[in-house]
Amino acid sequence: MSVNDVIMEALVENKVDFVTTVPCKQLAGVIEKIDEEPDIYHIPANREDEGMGLCAGAHLGGKRPAIIMQNTAIGVTINALATLIQFYRMPLPMLISYRGEVGEPVACQVEMAVHTKALLNQLSIPTYHFHKPEDANELTDILSYCYMSKKPVAVLMDATFWKGA
Amino acid sequence: MIRSDVLKTLIPLISDQLLVTNIGLPSQEMHLLDDQPSNFYMLGTMGLASSIGLGLALAQDKKVIALDGDGSVLMNFGTLPTIANNVASNFILLIIDNGSYGSTGDQPTYSGMKTSLSDVARACGCDHVVECQAEDAFDTVKAALDGDQMTIIVCKCESGNIKVPVIDMDPVVIKDRFMKVVQS
Repeated sequence: MSVNDVIMEALVENKVDFVTTVPCKQLAGVIEKIDEEPDIYHIPANREDEGMGLCAGAHLGGKRPAIIMQNTAIGVTINALATLIQFYRMPLPMLISYRGEVGEPVACQVEMAVHTKALLNQLSIPTYHFHKPEDANELTDILSYCYMSKKPVAVLMDATFWKGA
Repeated sequence: MIRSDVLKTLIPLISDQLLVTNIGLPSQEMHLLDDQPSNFYMLGTMGLASSIGLGLALAQDKKVIALDGDGSVLMNFGTLPTIANNVASNFILLIIDNGSYGSTGDQPTYSGMKTSLSDVARACGCDHVVECQAEDAFDTVKAALDGDQMTIIVCKCESGNIKVPVIDMDPVVIKDRFMKVVQS
């Protein structure tokens, strides 16, 4: 089964019903599937901090939100993560295309990749790194853990992982 | 009329509505003038009141008013196309446009110069955009609440602030009592 299908199954199993996305080449397949899933309201955002605001509102309204984005977005969402998602204790699974790892063709992507885990660590955000396609099987439990703990949780999915798409 | 005067006239209308109030003085003034569990006070994260309001409106059926400011909307312009293209008939974005960053010392914003927020909202595809003067805020908000159409209101008023204390409520308490109203 493709990792896109495993990700979709985990989202549906966890009753995730509100997903905001800012695209990345590696995320194209999963975004397409989310758009087709009738039980998920898919709302594309123009910037990832805007997306986190949408997810915060959806959480207040009783939905189970998630955001799908690229790791470069960590650079524009630190304030939203600290002063909104963490301060008000909101659950937010972040499914992150981890650009700039081995297999990356664009040098500039490496510049944010080298800061990604350090920034997440600095924010005390539980972080999981999917490298092999079979790592996707952990997503179901990670999503449950996120909603249980009412925290943002990051899942970094690198280029090697996406070979399983 | 300054923002707090506008809010005072609106309280009879919006007191029991779900409000998402922008960081700084809009939150602090609502907290001082009419603290309600149905008010979600933003204590940080400038720019995202309209995004939180839209997410909340899409997630459930009760009416939602995002009480925003011109500086905040200017900071998160990407919100307007998202609002335009994800229509929630229970959503009102009320932008109190005093042409200044009130919470930081009344520095001028571009909306007090050449940029019209109502024109921008229309250009972004928002179908129902109403610009009004502070004196007409009550009637304009009442019409939006009585209607069944997503409405963007740009309420022009004078720059100026009243003295208000900071909000020392715990954010989790703000959220918890707000969510209980949403679920009621």
